[in-house]
Amino acid sequence: MGLFDRLRQGLQRTTQQLVEKFEDVVLRADSAEARLRDVDAETAEALEEVLLMADVGVAATGEIVGAVSRRRRRGESLRDLVKQEMLRVLEATTPMAAPSATPHVMLIVGVNGVGKTTTIGKLANQLKREGRTPLICAADTFRAAAVDQLQVWADRANVDMVRAREGSDPAAVVFDAMTAAKTRRRDVVLVDTAGRLHTRANLMNELDKIRRVASREVPGAPHEVLLVLDATVGQNGLAQAREFTNVAGVTGIVLTKLDGTAKGGIAVAIAHELRLPIRYIGVGEGVDDLLPFAPQEYVDAIFQEKW
Amino acid sequence: MFDALSHRLQDVFQSIKGETRLTEATVENVLREIRMALLEADVNFKVVKAFVDRVRDRAMDQAVLKSLTPSQQVIKIVRDELLALFGDAKGGLTETSARPRVIVMLGLQGSGKTTTTGKLAKWLAKQGRHPIVVSTDVRRPAAIQQLAIVAGQAGVRVHDPAGNLDPVSRTRSALAEAKAVGNDVVIVDTAGRLHIDDELMKELVAIREIAGPTDLLYVADAMTGQDAIKSAGEFHAQMGITGVVLTKIDGDARGGAALSVVSVVGVPIAFVGSGEKLEDLEPFHADRFVSRMLGMGDVLSLIEKAEEVIDRGDAEKLEAKIRKGGFTLEDFRDQLRMLKRMGPLEKIMGMLPGMGGMKELAGQKPDEKQLSRIEAIINSMTAAERRQADLLDGSRRKRVAKGSGTTVEDVNRLLKQFVEMQRMLKMVGQMTGEPIAAAPKKRKKSPFSLMR
Repeated sequence: MGLFDRLRQGLQRTTQQLVEKFEDVVLRADSAEARLRDVDAETAEALEEVLLMADVGVAATGEIVGAVSRRRRRGESLRDLVKQEMLRVLEATTPMAAPSATPHVMLIVGVNGVGKTTTIGKLANQLKREGRTPLICAADTFRAAAVDQLQVWADRANVDMVRAREGSDPAAVVFDAMTAAKTRRRDVVLVDTAGRLHTRANLMNELDKIRRVASREVPGAPHEVLLVLDATVGQNGLAQAREFTNVAGVTGIVLTKLDGTAKGGIAVAIAHELRLPIRYIGVGEGVDDLLPFAPQEYVDAIFQEKW
Repeated sequence: MFDALSHRLQDVFQSIKGETRLTEATVENVLREIRMALLEADVNFKVVKAFVDRVRDRAMDQAVLKSLTPSQQVIKIVRDELLALFGDAKGGLTETSARPRVIVMLGLQGSGKTTTTGKLAKWLAKQGRHPIVVSTDVRRPAAIQQLAIVAGQAGVRVHDPAGNLDPVSRTRSALAEAKAVGNDVVIVDTAGRLHIDDELMKELVAIREIAGPTDLLYVADAMTGQDAIKSAGEFHAQMGITGVVLTKIDGDARGGAALSVVSVVGVPIAFVGSGEKLEDLEPFHADRFVSRMLGMGDVLSLIEKAEEVIDRGDAEKLEAKIRKGGFTLEDFRDQLRMLKRMGPLEKIMGMLPGMGGMKELAGQKPDEKQLSRIEAIINSMTAAERRQADLLDGSRRKRVAKGSGTTVEDVNRLLKQFVEMQRMLKMVGQMTGEPIAAAPKKRKKSPFSLMR
């Protein structure tokens, strides 16, 4: 099964409802004669509803609907116009730097319950299969049994894990992991961190400390900082992205739980405001259900005609 | 949690606060802002639409537009309608005489079920109950362990039959243990699941059959977006949830999802979880929630108080006087008295949005005595002097000072302030020289103006 099909399958439920409503909108706007007219106010409003209901947010929705309604139509379908505009937003992001350092240190951050630990488990598995030699660093020393949960994933992937007692200093675990990665010659380090609300200053400072410790041991680390977002999150996702970017220098987004009915439209809002690219999407609980994100495929899948 | 939404709404309200008259266009403007604020707070699109329509209907009423305090009236309407959305449901658990009472926790992955189970157990223990908790989450790695740890922290009994990995039979044996040991509450934690996962939803139904719960609590993340009603609605349709526990409200999520769930799905909010500690769980109170959402402090009780003490007829008389420049020391005293009738100044300041933090500033504590001193000075004047301040020459001032137990400087200061005030009021009166009957202008009489 190709990547596109996997994505489509994962997104099936996500898109069902969105598509139904969207179909109603385009049905009216894409008839042969309507195609020659510009997008009218009624269509724009209906489109606005579709996007808002998908958590795309007021600002990004305004941008997309505005751009679509300004376009002079010469027979293009509304579907294509919307796809183009959403794609434009998603692609206007800061590209990720190519990994160069060894070990390549990836810091995984996010609020509580978004799926950080699960994401790391899946990532470790995939990296291992690609022939990389990942090392997991269990720096979530706060949540009860978080380390044990990660250990299960590490065992499944047959990947080493550096852990410490619950309640110990996460920065110390990170230090240990950096040292271990260097001596054991591992090429990727995945650092799991405790979920924290972005409004908690002291916990956010802890992230800063983790960063400092990492960069002291490995030049340029962390090379990637991935913010994990739950696809069901609403406009608060923007606030999360803003704060984590300020404190931890987020370089990309992982959008999880896209196999539900949520559309994860917040990623569009984040791309629009912060220019942060989506790196991975999670579409299920299996090890393989973490996919690299491709804007074109995502947009195609979301606005796919009947399937 | 509600800072962001309340800031937006406060900006909206601030922009109309100075308006003595609201036109339909202004109201439309406000409604547009409210719509944006609510959408950005993740309130469901349809809920927002219906809400805005209802507020419009009520706000466009002439009685509101022409009332004493039109802008405050609009704020009050917004608040009333928000409260109406939440219904009058009380927070907490369902009333029951069942022993043991069985509570089933359910929800999506990562919403905070296990942590909430621990918090709820702790809360119940504090109420003098003896809860026992059981995890039926055999899927997420280490989930059973997590509950055991949390229960240990909460100091409550945990049922964990080693090796038994069947959710239904774990539930059954937990009930048996509760009966044997004498626990009066059983809390069943379940695996997080998507509402569209038929397999797992069937498992939940089976657990419900065995457990016969009085409470089915749906644990929802306060940060959830538009999807909230879909997932909660689906859980409700299949399981019949009795209440919602809203978690992670200590962040800056605007909690709009809560509104949507309550108003669309029709299930009340039972508890809110507001922190990482096990104590951070409290029964839900709609009025407090709404006040925080609007960030209004107690401005509404302030409005109510102001309306209680301000007589409409008096207000109009004063209005006319001001316009003619006939504002006297007697009127001034009336205003002071009215202000005092509203309660301690400090408390009034605290009720004003944005003033809550300010009153802590050193030296800014309003001087209650100063008000009494001013009143005493005016009381020591003759009726003629009160009506015509010009009469107060040096010797009269000395007498007034003596009579009020103040100094001549105090009397001078008051008179100077009064003259200044008179001059300003006259100016304002002339600026808005329209027929009074058609355009009531009562704001100048409002106690707020004195405090600015």
